[in-house]
Amino acid sequence: MASTVSHLHKHGHGRAHASRVTQDSTWVRWTLTGVALLFLAGFVLLPLGAVFAEALRKGFGVFFSAFTDSDALAAIKLTLLTAAIAVPANVIFGVAAAWCITKFAFRGKSVLITLIDLPFAVSPVIAGLIFVLLFGLQGWLGQYQNAEAPWFPWLQQWLVAKDFKIIFATPGIVLATIFITFPFVARELIPLMQAQGTDEEYAAVTLGANGWQTFWRVTLPNIKWGLFYGVILCNARAMGEFGAVSVVSGHIRGETNTMPLHVEILYNEYQFSAAFAVASLLALLAIVTLVLKSLVEWAHTRSQAE
Amino acid sequence: MSSRSARSILPGFGLSLGFTIAYLSLIVLLPLSAAFIKTSGMTWDAFVEAVASPRVLASYRVSFGISFLAAMVNAFFGLIVAWVLVRYKFPGKRIVDALVDLPFALPTAVAGIALTAIYARSGWAGFLEPLWANGVGVLGQLFPWGNWAEWLGVKIAFDRPGIFIALTFVGLPFVVRTLQPVLEELEPEFEEASATLGATRWQTIRKVILPDLTPSLITGFAMAFARALGEYGSVVFIAGNMPMHSEITPLLIITKLEQYDYRGATAIATVLLVASFILLLLINLLQKWSRRHHKI
Repeated sequence: MASTVSHLHKHGHGRAHASRVTQDSTWVRWTLTGVALLFLAGFVLLPLGAVFAEALRKGFGVFFSAFTDSDALAAIKLTLLTAAIAVPANVIFGVAAAWCITKFAFRGKSVLITLIDLPFAVSPVIAGLIFVLLFGLQGWLGQYQNAEAPWFPWLQQWLVAKDFKIIFATPGIVLATIFITFPFVARELIPLMQAQGTDEEYAAVTLGANGWQTFWRVTLPNIKWGLFYGVILCNARAMGEFGAVSVVSGHIRGETNTMPLHVEILYNEYQFSAAFAVASLLALLAIVTLVLKSLVEWAHTRSQAE
Repeated sequence: MSSRSARSILPGFGLSLGFTIAYLSLIVLLPLSAAFIKTSGMTWDAFVEAVASPRVLASYRVSFGISFLAAMVNAFFGLIVAWVLVRYKFPGKRIVDALVDLPFALPTAVAGIALTAIYARSGWAGFLEPLWANGVGVLGQLFPWGNWAEWLGVKIAFDRPGIFIALTFVGLPFVVRTLQPVLEELEPEFEEASATLGATRWQTIRKVILPDLTPSLITGFAMAFARALGEYGSVVFIAGNMPMHSEITPLLIITKLEQYDYRGATAIATVLLVASFILLLLINLLQKWSRRHHKI
């Protein structure tokens, strides 16, 4: 669903309305612009400002000490690790899905597209819950022996023998994050590659290129901006996900806390300055994401215009 | 395989489709089916007891009711924001346009604690709290038949208004971003024709522009509503989380999980999932309608 919202469509090329009859009167323009800006200032700018103001309220010393704490460092490391696995996994999936959906005709394509969108419709809490059901204490695929009717007894035996934990451990966090960020890259690439068609790939293959050569030299240069766009959105969500990760993490300090979960723990312990300091790092990530996003849109519009 | 992809000479169909379906099944379909399998193992009575106890019903009222209100407010202001961004020129427009996406990019937990810091009694907008409480009190005196303090809350943070603010925040980009491309495509000729035929600007907006925007407006509304329904991170910090009063359904799922009531949690999750899927279906239909609408 968010897909429709964050497409790399050509925006900002609003046509100049020369005709006077379609021009709103000055007071209407001023009023509407004022209402829109006030709404955005109150709901978007104010919270963003509050994060940084609260983080720096007790000075830079307290601000920086929040990051020297070993639990905070562990949380940052885990967040980076999670994104480092989840984003590439969804990039490979996104490219594969976009390739088969846009370059070939087959039955059930629209069903496949709808299914790819599915994780957007699922509450983060439920995304966490389903992995607990599979791998948790009574899960069908869990490492625990008291599972009711395991689906694959041999897998269960192996997991128990290896003491391989999924829930309340890093693998569960990574899985939940992959689920949440699942559609981002695919939904970005599909409309883009659909619009580009298959002519250039046909030409490459006809001229004797093999599949990989065609992909690396023809398709990838064409989709690079869309791919990059999908990656930054996917990454922002992967690093910031809270609900799903909260369900599967178990909140073990220094071990299974990601940055958003660390923010929650500090906040609930009334260490507000430290909580907002870590939060400000995440807010900075959001700002960088938005800046990169705008730059990509700008580059894309320019390359389209050429 | 070769027969299905006969029309394409490009390689990689089997590999890419096979990988796509395998990955989709492992990451999305299999885990999601677990929720339905778990629920189907319950007896009907146990299911009803899990999903229709007074506390759960109260959480549906809070979640659905406030999500609906927040989506309505987003539809109204989203229309104005989209209109201003597409039709008017003003300095800093690019920055304002980029800011609309902030609720997507800002982690929900960060939004939650920031909104709480603003609207708590000691916070930046703490002066609003007595105003709100007085307003609700006046309403109670004017219309004594209503339980206004219960419906509207007497605080902002840690009460229902806080939930409303958080859900408005997370749903904000949807209406703007669905309307923007449609507004950009809108042909000015129709407006000119309408004006030439003697319609006032207001009549043109009401009878020519708004009907054209309706499908996308409803789509954006439904998206904001669906997003708000499942939202957890930004709400828990500001809601106060009082059972029967300001407890949202996703939080109740977590509460049940923490009590190791996996069946209860899953049963409620199934209700929420079904609601979300119905909304997804509705959104898909609306988008088809909207595409057809714009072709004609």
